[in-house]
Amino acid sequence: MTMPFYVSPEQLMKDRADFARKGIARGRSVVVLGYDRGIAFVAENPSRALHKVSEIYDRIAFAAAGKYNEFENLRVAGVRYADLRGYSYDRSDVTARGLANAYAQTLGTVFTQESKPYEVEIVVAEVGQSAEQDQIYRLTYDGSVGDEQGFIAMGGAGEQITAGLQERWRPGMSLGDALGLAVDLLRQDPTGGPERTLTAAQLEVAVLDRARPRRTFRRVAGPLLDALLSSEDPTTDVPADDDPTPGRHDTLTGESSPVDRPGPDPS
Amino acid sequence: MNRGSGGGDGRLPVAFMTTGSSSFTEFIGAHSPELLPSRRLLPVGGTFEAPHGTTIVSLTYDGGIVMAGDRRATMGNLIANRDMDKVFAADQYSVVGIAGTAGLAIEIVKLFQVELEHYEKIEGTLLSLEGKANRLANMIRSNLAMAMQGLAVVPMFAGFNLPTMTGRIFSYDVSGGCYEEHDHHSVGSGSLFARGAMKKLWHPGMDSAAAIRVAVEALYDAADDDSATGGPDLSRRIWPTLAVVDADGLRFLGDDALASVVEQIVADRRGNPGGAR
Repeated sequence: MTMPFYVSPEQLMKDRADFARKGIARGRSVVVLGYDRGIAFVAENPSRALHKVSEIYDRIAFAAAGKYNEFENLRVAGVRYADLRGYSYDRSDVTARGLANAYAQTLGTVFTQESKPYEVEIVVAEVGQSAEQDQIYRLTYDGSVGDEQGFIAMGGAGEQITAGLQERWRPGMSLGDALGLAVDLLRQDPTGGPERTLTAAQLEVAVLDRARPRRTFRRVAGPLLDALLSSEDPTTDVPADDDPTPGRHDTLTGESSPVDRPGPDPS
Repeated sequence: MNRGSGGGDGRLPVAFMTTGSSSFTEFIGAHSPELLPSRRLLPVGGTFEAPHGTTIVSLTYDGGIVMAGDRRATMGNLIANRDMDKVFAADQYSVVGIAGTAGLAIEIVKLFQVELEHYEKIEGTLLSLEGKANRLANMIRSNLAMAMQGLAVVPMFAGFNLPTMTGRIFSYDVSGGCYEEHDHHSVGSGSLFARGAMKKLWHPGMDSAAAIRVAVEALYDAADDDSATGGPDLSRRIWPTLAVVDADGLRFLGDDALASVVEQIVADRRGNPGGAR
């Protein structure tokens, strides 16, 4: 017959927290930072299909580091939460604060009651009418919520990147400068090794663009991302118009339409 | 139903975390079925009058489709509303127009709009045009019990089909049957007259300006013979709602553009009320 060992609550929570932290530290980092005309999300993610950054609602986005299946589950729950609220009240009644609270309760309950905590760290960000009204919430595996000002870094090298952001991030940076800063910090090796090279293809970049009507979330890729990251190119912000390519307008690439459409000759 | 099943500790209920479905309708059916338009219980017997929407027309042209609706809602012999919009953007490439019980129809359109956006966010891709048309058919089908009690909703759905780069039109019946229509179609009380007009006015190879003119003219003919369809209201400056969908997406025609089309038609028909040509 086995006797159950007594484990103190402190030890139990510590073990769970260590377990979750280890899982998150294995993942690559994600940086969320405000710029003059919105909020930018930069993640090191070579996949074009499995996203770490996604749209939740008109002015709200979600970013996560850690275990994909767990944060994907939370993302879908967040989209359902937002769409249900928007459908039964109004689109303007969907807020990041409400969603962050629901996530916090969920993560907190899973942390204490389920056999294994979620190995995730997530950010819920809402772009306001002005930079002062932007809200960025960070939620950790145990359900703690932090209301962050200006920037957040999470994932494996989160602490080093946060230190870098504290030193170099300024309110009112242009998108080009903010992305340059984020990539510069992501490039550094947390163990002190030589800097890695990160190309646009290894990055997942998205913005919540304050100036857009209704749905403000856009991914940034292709030549537009190259132009924003390059220090020689004068491009410092995303264009006000979506790509002319027919199809889903969630990604800004800066490419012009591949089909020649009949219309007045521009010359 | 499942609303408290998170344990009352504030965490998101089980239905939110269930994997599998990317349909918003299925999600609220499991989580809060009282929000579905079709789950309402109606008193047995007894009839009542609710505002009805009337005529919607849609036609294809070279490179897209046009859908237009008059602005009148009627309740018996009364005009319930003079400036109701009955043509809605379903998403950026499709449009839905409604005839029938206005309150219920608007609720179904609202749910349909969320359904499409929800799918787009969860799956990261647009539904195909047939997929959208079938989702709408499903909603109309679940409304059959209400239709049997007099609260019928008959929508018309049209959109731009990206794979073939052409416009397509779908019509429905109260039992949820979904039929693809060719060239042009109309639903609602004035649809017989509008259909007749479009048969004579539509021809292949029209451009968008010609299609807009035909749509407004068909509504004019519907209003001419159907008392429930609103005609051009020049004194109040109320124009039909008109949406154009092409490769660039959906746009509603502005008041100024519509005013000139309507005024031109009214002028052309002075002394020639049937518009014979």
